[in-house]
Amino acid sequence: MPEDTLLSPAPVLAAPSVWRAPAVTLRFWPVFLRNLLVWRKLAIPSLVGNIAEPLMWLVAFGYGMGALVGEIRVAGPTGSVAVPYILFLASGSICMSAMQAATFEALYSAFSRMHVQKTWDGIMNAPVSLDDIVFAEMVWAAFKSLFTVTAILGVMLALGISHSPKLLVAWPILFGVGVAFSCIALIFNALARGYDFFTYYFTLFLTPMFLSGIFFPLEQLPVVVRVIAGWLPLANAVEMVRPLFMDQWPEHFLRHALVLVAYVGVAFWVALALTRRRFRQ
Amino acid sequence: MTPPAPLPPLFEVRNLSKRYGDSEVVSDLSFAIAPGECLGVIGPNGAGKTTTIRMCLGLSVPDAGSIHAMGLRMQRDALAIKDQLGVVTQMDTLDPDFNCAENLLVYGRYFGMKDREIRARIPALLEFASLTHKAGAKPGELSGGMKRRLSLARALVNDPRLLLLDEPTTGLDPQARHLMWERLQLLLQQGKSILLTTHFMDEAERLCSRLLVLDHGRKIAEGRPRDLIAQHLEPDVVEVYGPGAAALAHGVLRQHAARVEVSGETVFFYTHNCASLMAGLQACPQLRTLHRPANLEDLFLKLTGRQIREDA
Repeated sequence: MPEDTLLSPAPVLAAPSVWRAPAVTLRFWPVFLRNLLVWRKLAIPSLVGNIAEPLMWLVAFGYGMGALVGEIRVAGPTGSVAVPYILFLASGSICMSAMQAATFEALYSAFSRMHVQKTWDGIMNAPVSLDDIVFAEMVWAAFKSLFTVTAILGVMLALGISHSPKLLVAWPILFGVGVAFSCIALIFNALARGYDFFTYYFTLFLTPMFLSGIFFPLEQLPVVVRVIAGWLPLANAVEMVRPLFMDQWPEHFLRHALVLVAYVGVAFWVALALTRRRFRQ
Repeated sequence: MTPPAPLPPLFEVRNLSKRYGDSEVVSDLSFAIAPGECLGVIGPNGAGKTTTIRMCLGLSVPDAGSIHAMGLRMQRDALAIKDQLGVVTQMDTLDPDFNCAENLLVYGRYFGMKDREIRARIPALLEFASLTHKAGAKPGELSGGMKRRLSLARALVNDPRLLLLDEPTTGLDPQARHLMWERLQLLLQQGKSILLTTHFMDEAERLCSRLLVLDHGRKIAEGRPRDLIAQHLEPDVVEVYGPGAAALAHGVLRQHAARVEVSGETVFFYTHNCASLMAGLQACPQLRTLHRPANLEDLFLKLTGRQIREDA
């Protein structure tokens, strides 16, 4: 022990700011593995639940509405292209599935671990920091969302909705959607006092995501709504994923990707700061 | 008070203070734990025990003071310190989805241990916790005592030098409590150090080589259990209860006691002269008496008062 610390009077300590930079290390990995091990035991029923609902939507709306709507015109780099409604819907709804799977995991499941089971408290008695735990939860929710998305993509391929080889590019973008919505959900997780709180999140934040061009083209909406929608994370994801389903490269790819990345960066930092504040006592 | 420890302390807290809003929860607290020692922290609810433990774990940042452990400094080296600590908190944080063996495996990974390394330790840890036959059971299927022992086994997965145990036997039946004590004594024999908070004075007396009495966030006494009793109390206590007992506090028998306390219908005589007191009490056969040596509970009540605490 250095001499000066023994002789100097007790220093008055300033608690570090909750807004300090995230300090993520590889210690996040065992926390991720913990969630994976729990999920492996429940993977099959959870998978059925995760893909059954989006597929019902797809079949009911895609084939049901699709029969009424027929083809739909989508603006592209070479003018507008007519595509079957089911393709239009599938490319949008898979983004929504990525959003919802990540959101449920980072809200309800993370809250159970953090608040109800006190799993996080147990982990923090070991040499794992809160930053690593929050990061692990974020990666975990994104992974789970990717798993769901992959299963749905498999079904879509089997149904012959799209056979575009560019779907390989859509896959990492859908992972990005999972990351972004995990980060955003973790902000609300940090603020929640109980499960009821998440209702606000769903009605105030997730419902507007319907204005992201999933069920109908954004072009038919009023200009004001279109401008707002242009900044929604889900709308930007759809703008990237839909052309890939149509075997085309998206326009303004960089802009859409940057919007998504900005959501990830800001939301993760805010989520971490609020979680640090929650655990600081 | 206590002789200086022959070895440099394993864990040292200096002038620690913590306030929440207007109330000072921990105030200028200093203590040290020598290698192989069991230090007990006792105090009424709200005395600052759990806050102190949280600061020792780096989970709460003190307003002033310093914490050093194993040559490292808390906050700066929090993770490196926790690498060498084992923790059992008041509330179990066992994973309900995992069985006993999986709980140990998953927890060992948080210390950066290899799966092979942890799996090699699991049988001995389960054996230590008397849970070998329950390796495949989930916490929900375990009794309270089994859960606490699993928590203790989990805290040992990294072979820590120091254990921080926050009320490890609260809520257990006597059998489970005695088994826990036996295990903790075994750990002390193996050379582990322990910081223990407890509400059970017999537990403190049995396990702890030294005690710290906290009240309102301040240290009000420190020393070996026997020394503290000898220093603060008369050797014998006679409790008298029954109709009219309270009047004895002001009667002739008062002269045989150094100190008298009335609590409800019971009179407590603290005395150096129990023979004459007991002889005098023969005259009141309608009263029930209990004669016993002064113990840690008497000390605790003398130092912290008989008042029920607001948050108790």
